[in-house]
Amino acid sequence: MNVAEHLPALQIVLPLASAPLAVLLRDRLAAFVLVLAATWAAFAISILLWLQVGETGPMSYAIGSWPPPWGIEYRVDALSSLLLMLVSGIAAVVLPYSRSSIEREIRPEKHTLFYALFALCLSGLLGITITGDAFNLFVFLEISSLSSYALIALGKDRRSLTASYQYLIMGTIGATFIVIGVGLLYLKTGTLNLADLGVRLQAMTSHRPVLAALAFLTVGISLKLAMFPLHQWLPNAYAYAPSAVSAFLAATATKVSVYALLRFYFSVFGETAIFQRLPMEDLMLVLALAGMFVASTVAIFQDNLKRLFAYSSVAQIGYIVLGISFDSVTGLTATIVHLVNHAVTKGGLFLLLGAVIAGIGGVTLARAHGLARVMPLTSFGIVLCGLSLIGVPGTAGFVSKWYLILAALEKGQWWLVFLIVLSSLLAVAYVWRFVEVAYFRAPRADLAGVREAPLALAIPAWILVGATLWFGVDTSLTVGSASRAAAQLLGVAP
Amino acid sequence: MNFFSHYDYWVMLFLAMSGLFIVIARGNLIKKLVGLAILQTSVYLLYLAPGKIVGGTAPIVDAAFTVYSNPLPQVLILTAIVVGVATLALGLALVVRIREEYGTIEEDEILRLDADPADQPSGPPEAQR
Repeated sequence: MNVAEHLPALQIVLPLASAPLAVLLRDRLAAFVLVLAATWAAFAISILLWLQVGETGPMSYAIGSWPPPWGIEYRVDALSSLLLMLVSGIAAVVLPYSRSSIEREIRPEKHTLFYALFALCLSGLLGITITGDAFNLFVFLEISSLSSYALIALGKDRRSLTASYQYLIMGTIGATFIVIGVGLLYLKTGTLNLADLGVRLQAMTSHRPVLAALAFLTVGISLKLAMFPLHQWLPNAYAYAPSAVSAFLAATATKVSVYALLRFYFSVFGETAIFQRLPMEDLMLVLALAGMFVASTVAIFQDNLKRLFAYSSVAQIGYIVLGISFDSVTGLTATIVHLVNHAVTKGGLFLLLGAVIAGIGGVTLARAHGLARVMPLTSFGIVLCGLSLIGVPGTAGFVSKWYLILAALEKGQWWLVFLIVLSSLLAVAYVWRFVEVAYFRAPRADLAGVREAPLALAIPAWILVGATLWFGVDTSLTVGSASRAAAQLLGVAP
Repeated sequence: MNFFSHYDYWVMLFLAMSGLFIVIARGNLIKKLVGLAILQTSVYLLYLAPGKIVGGTAPIVDAAFTVYSNPLPQVLILTAIVVGVATLALGLALVVRIREEYGTIEEDEILRLDADPADQPSGPPEAQR
């Protein structure tokens, strides 16, 4: 047996198998080491898959040797290999951080369960990305969702429970809509394989059940990716979850949902069906702009830093959706680049906020007065990530906005350039609220004994902050992979 | 095509919409979950009803039978049922925990408790330190 052939299956099986084993071990350290090994192995596998796809093109793996479209197919192409690398990479950074972080935030007897849930969530997210089967996608979506509801409910604040409940209701409605959509497609075509669906649907894209399926899938996936105005679950879920969970979900969960949307839009329904026969372009443009402006404005008035940056996430998802609405290779490149850049930036930001919680016990703005005096490095890191959210040159956020503006100019929509810059000014406003409080206010008396974050928290956070800066300078990895993936989605390149 | 030729879809739609309505209109967290369960169950019908062909048998190759029903929807829905049970169990577990922490399972009361700053465990920083 050749191991290299089975890499796509191992990508999912390793983290999935580590979850029940972690529960059975019952020992905190052993569970941590096991899940860490599985996560790092998944990251290594995703890099190998990415290299292989770069060399030989898309790969197909038949689970149990049942050939597609009869069996379940795992399919790795340029887009999914990039997303696999992103999700497992973020997990590989967040998991070491979580060990020290949950010591402070979660009761010790629940630690093994935390690691098991983390592994389950990771395998669900990876599964959505790798699978080539519509129903399998739903199952993985539910694996990741159910584990993230439980992860959010582990938060110390009792509001984490209501946040988790709200997310469960919204998420399940979303998932049910997705199953209805998939069911309608299955009734029309008799297949569940995404590639096969794409071929068979071409003859019937204007049939009413297919349009209904499109509507159900769009609403269902939009609930999951927190597209404005379906984002109500997100701010509380991110604000009250344990720090490590906030960072992991903020960086990966919505991004993987964007992947599912791209997959259904471009690989299943096809670009012509969606953007040329239906007014999806205008619809997505309006929703994206509304998200960018409304969520950024709401973010300015938040008193809790985690909530503030959660609203900023909704606004940043607006940029991602804006890229899809252009329906061009440049626009999709911007979407995919921003997917990666925003994941790295927000991941780093939430890890740093976790370090702040460890230092001063909370992240309300009132409590962070004079934070930069006692935790200079952490505050500086938060400012760097904030600059990337604004899109200052030299940070990752600039690269994504650059491509968005290029795509807008390509379409001749110069007024959009103005709006993109204007919404960045709103980002300046909410990042400035942190800067003002942390740097220009006198520290409160009770911050005197607070010291800089411990290395176990600082190192993972700074890896992501470093990546934010690196992707702002060297764009060969992000833009290179993204443009290849965009060309593949639009069928311009093989 | 008349109304009755597709009555299974109408049943499914009615169930789905009543489930969704309960989720939106009810303030009681348990009742919301009941609505959610009805919504999820309605989808099972969407898959299962068209999978049955009148007079069809299980797909076993034999000269005596020519009409077969598709077994795949049943397999899919078996998975969906498991997912639905897991969701309901997790939701109920959350409601138990919410009841322990807030002492109520009415949405408006929980919102009132959250909005009242004096009632919050992580309230003003001075109080905690």
